[in-house]
Amino acid sequence: MFSRPLLRFVPNGTRINFMRGRFIGLATSAVLSIASIILFLHPGLTLGLDFRGGIVVEVRTQGPADFGQVRAALAAQHVDAAGVQSFGAPDDVLIRLDAPPAASADHEARTQALVDSVRHAVATLPGAQVLRADAVGASVSAELFRDGMLALGISLLMILGYIWFRFEWEFAVSAVITLILDLTKAVGFLVVTHFEFDLVMVAAILTILGYSTNDKVVVYDRVRENLRKYRTMPLAELIDLSINETLSRTLGTSMTVFLAALPLALFGASLSSFAWVMLFGIVVGTSSSIFIAAPILLLLGEKRLRRDARPPR
Amino acid sequence: MMYYSRLKLASVVAVCLLGVLLCLPNALRQPAPTVPWRQIHLGLDLRGGSYLLMQVDMNSVTADRLRTLADGTRQALLGASLGYRDIATDAHAGTVTFTPRTPSETDADLKTLRAMPMAVANEFAVAQRPDGAIAITLSPEAMRLRATEAVTQSIEIVRRRIDATGAVDPEITRQGDDRIVVELPGISDPERVKHLLGTTAKMTFHMVQDSALGAMPGPGVSLLPMMNAPDQKLPIADHVDVDGSDLTNASAAIDQQTGEWAVDFTFDSVGARAFATTTKANVGRRFAIVLDNKVVQAPVIRSAITGGNGQISGGFDAQSATDLALLLRAGALPAPLSVIEQRSIGPSLGADSIRAGMISLGVGFGLVIVFMALFYGRFGWYANVSLLANLVLMVAILSLFQATLTLPGMAGMLLTLGMAVDANILINERIREEIARNRTPLAAMQAGFERATSTILDSNATALLAHIMLFAFGTGPVQNFALTIMIGIVTTLFTTLLLSRMLMVRWYARTRPTVLPV
Repeated sequence: MFSRPLLRFVPNGTRINFMRGRFIGLATSAVLSIASIILFLHPGLTLGLDFRGGIVVEVRTQGPADFGQVRAALAAQHVDAAGVQSFGAPDDVLIRLDAPPAASADHEARTQALVDSVRHAVATLPGAQVLRADAVGASVSAELFRDGMLALGISLLMILGYIWFRFEWEFAVSAVITLILDLTKAVGFLVVTHFEFDLVMVAAILTILGYSTNDKVVVYDRVRENLRKYRTMPLAELIDLSINETLSRTLGTSMTVFLAALPLALFGASLSSFAWVMLFGIVVGTSSSIFIAAPILLLLGEKRLRRDARPPR
Repeated sequence: MMYYSRLKLASVVAVCLLGVLLCLPNALRQPAPTVPWRQIHLGLDLRGGSYLLMQVDMNSVTADRLRTLADGTRQALLGASLGYRDIATDAHAGTVTFTPRTPSETDADLKTLRAMPMAVANEFAVAQRPDGAIAITLSPEAMRLRATEAVTQSIEIVRRRIDATGAVDPEITRQGDDRIVVELPGISDPERVKHLLGTTAKMTFHMVQDSALGAMPGPGVSLLPMMNAPDQKLPIADHVDVDGSDLTNASAAIDQQTGEWAVDFTFDSVGARAFATTTKANVGRRFAIVLDNKVVQAPVIRSAITGGNGQISGGFDAQSATDLALLLRAGALPAPLSVIEQRSIGPSLGADSIRAGMISLGVGFGLVIVFMALFYGRFGWYANVSLLANLVLMVAILSLFQATLTLPGMAGMLLTLGMAVDANILINERIREEIARNRTPLAAMQAGFERATSTILDSNATALLAHIMLFAFGTGPVQNFALTIMIGIVTTLFTTLLLSRMLMVRWYARTRPTVLPV
C-alpha cells in the first residue's frame, strides 16, 4: 500500500471501440432527455421556498409527533391551510404555508406575520422547539428565481466561450449541447426524486455542469493533442484512441469526486439532496463525455477537423 | 522541471507551515489580547441565529420630501404675499403643483420659488405647465441621492437599535439600492427585533385644533387616530411644534402618581427652547404627542414647561415602555422598513449541521485517501500529503479573511478535495502512459508534469468560471459554497503544481529508481 499501487481501474492500453456504439449512446441520451422534459412539463419541479415564497417551519416535538395536536394548535392561532408533514425523524414536523397572493397590498407583511403566528402555535405545544423558521416574500422569491436562472444561462455561455477560445468551435458546440442534455437529465432526476428545486439546487446543477465541463476538457485536450500527433488517422479512430488513453483518469477522478460527495449524501443533513444530485451528475457527466460529447464532436468535426490531413492511403 | 532550488523548496514548505499556523486560532484560545487572532466565523446555519432582509420604503422618502417642499412653498408664497390654490403633491412624478391666484402673479411666483433653499444643487426645477399651473419637480439625481442617504441613515439607526437590545456580533449590511440585511447570530426567534425595526418611531409634538372638533378638518389639519383607540380620531395641526429628534435621553419609568409605566424624556437645548416657547404660548390648549402618525396622548397644557423634561404615558406595560424608550434614544428611521425575507435557525439544528458537516468531511477525506493509496501507491501518498496541505491552506485562507463558514461552504471544501486529486491523477496517468511507451523514469516524469500542466490549468479555469458565476448571482449560502470552491481552486493549483510534484521529484532525486511505482 505504501509503494506500488495495489489496484488498477483499467488495464494499460485499452482499445474499446466507443464510437461504434455512438448511435446507441446518443439514442439513449435522447430518450432520457425527452422523458425528462416531459416530466418537467408534467408533473413539473417541486419548487422550494426560495422560488415559491411562503413559509416553512421545522419543529421538533417531544416524543413522536402528534399531527392532530399540531394542527389544532395552528388552528387556535388562526393559521389555516397549513401543510403539516413529517420529515426525517418521527419527532420532526414540517409546517408549510403558501405566501398570501401577491396581488394584495400588504402580502409581504402578512407573510412575515404568519411566521410569528406559527411560532406562537408551536409555543403552546409542550416541549416543542422550532428548529428552523423561514419566510420568503413573493418579491424576493421572484428575484431569487430570476438570479438563479441568469446564473445558469451565463455559466453555459461562459463555458461555451472559454472552450471556443481554447479549442475549435466544434468542441465548444458539442460540449454545450452535451451540457444542455446533462442539464435536462438533472431536471428529470429532480422531478422523479421530488427534491425541492431551490437556490442550493441551482448551485448543485452549476457544480455538476462545471464538473462535466472539466471532464470534457480533459478528453478534448487529448483529442487536440492527438490531432497534431496523428495527422492521418480518421477522426473516429482518433477520438476512440483519446478516450481510451484518458479512460483511466476519467474513471479515477469520477471515483474520487463520487467518494467525496457520498458521505454528504448519507450524513449531510440538509445538504443530503444536494449531494444526491451531485452524485447523479457525476455519473451523467462522466458517461456523457464518452457517449455524447465525443460522438457529437465526431459528427460536427468529421469533415472540418481533418480537412488538412492527407487522405488515408 | 526536475530540479527544485533550495529557495523554492523552502518557500513551499514555509507556505505550508504558515498555513498550519494560521489554522491554529480555530482550535486554540487566544492567549493574550495583543496576539493577532483571526479565525473562521460559523455561519448562521451552523451556530443558529436569524437573517432578516428588509426593504426601505423609498416612496415614503419621496413623499416626505414633497410634504416639506409643499410646506416650504406655502411659507415662501405667504412670505411674498402671493396667493395659491389647489396645492397638491404627486409622489409618483415627484412634483408639487399649485395654481396661482391670478395668472398675472405667475412670474412673481416662479421667481419666489426659484429662490427657495435647496438641500443639494439643482434639487428641483420650477416651471409653468401649459394649463397655467406651476409644478415644482424634484430631479431624479436629487431623489436618488436622498434615497441613498435614507438607506445609509437607516442602517445607522438599525445598528443603534440592535446594539441596544444587547445582540452579540450583529451584522448589518446594505444589499442593492434599497435593502438592508441584518444577521443576528444566536437569536433564533427574531420577533422582538422585527417589532423594533418595523417601528419608524418618529415622534412629533403638535397642537390639537379643538375648534375643528367634529367638523371636517381645514387645510393644514389632519385627523389622526389615538394609539389606544384607533376608532377615536383627533384633529391635529400638521405643523410640527417640537420634533422628537431633539431628545437627549429617554427611559422607561413608573409614573409616581398613577403607578403606570411611562417613558421619561429629556430634550436637548433646541428642543427644550421650542418646548418652553410652545407651552408658554398655549396654556389651556391641548398638546398632542404623535408617534408614527398615531396620537399617544393629548394632555391639556397647565403651565409652561421650561425644564426640558417630559413624560409620555398611554397605557404602556414594562416591555412596550422599555422598547419605546429604546426607539426614542436610537432615533427615528428616515423611512419605514419592512421585512421581506426572514430565516432563522435554532441552536440544536445548527449543532446537528456542524456534526453532519464534520462527519461528511472526515469520511469523504478518508475515502479519497484510501482510494489514492490503493490505486496510485507511493505517488498516491504524495497526493494525499498535498491533499492534507490543501485542506490546511483552505482553512488558513478562510481564517485569514475571517470568512464565514456555512454548511454549503463545508460541502464546497469536500468537493474541492474530490476535485483536487484530479490533477494528481492526471499527472500519474500521464506518467504511466509514458512508461508504457518505454520512456525512462526521468523522461516519463518530465513528460507527465509537462503534458498534464496545461490540462490541469484548463480544467481548473473552467471550474473557476462556473463558480465566479455562482458567486456573482448567488446569495448567502450559495455564495459561500462558491467562495470556498474558488479558494479551493487556488490552493489546489498550489498544492498539485508545486507541492506534490516537488515531493515526487525529491523522492526521485534521492533514490534514482530504475522503475517508477506507478
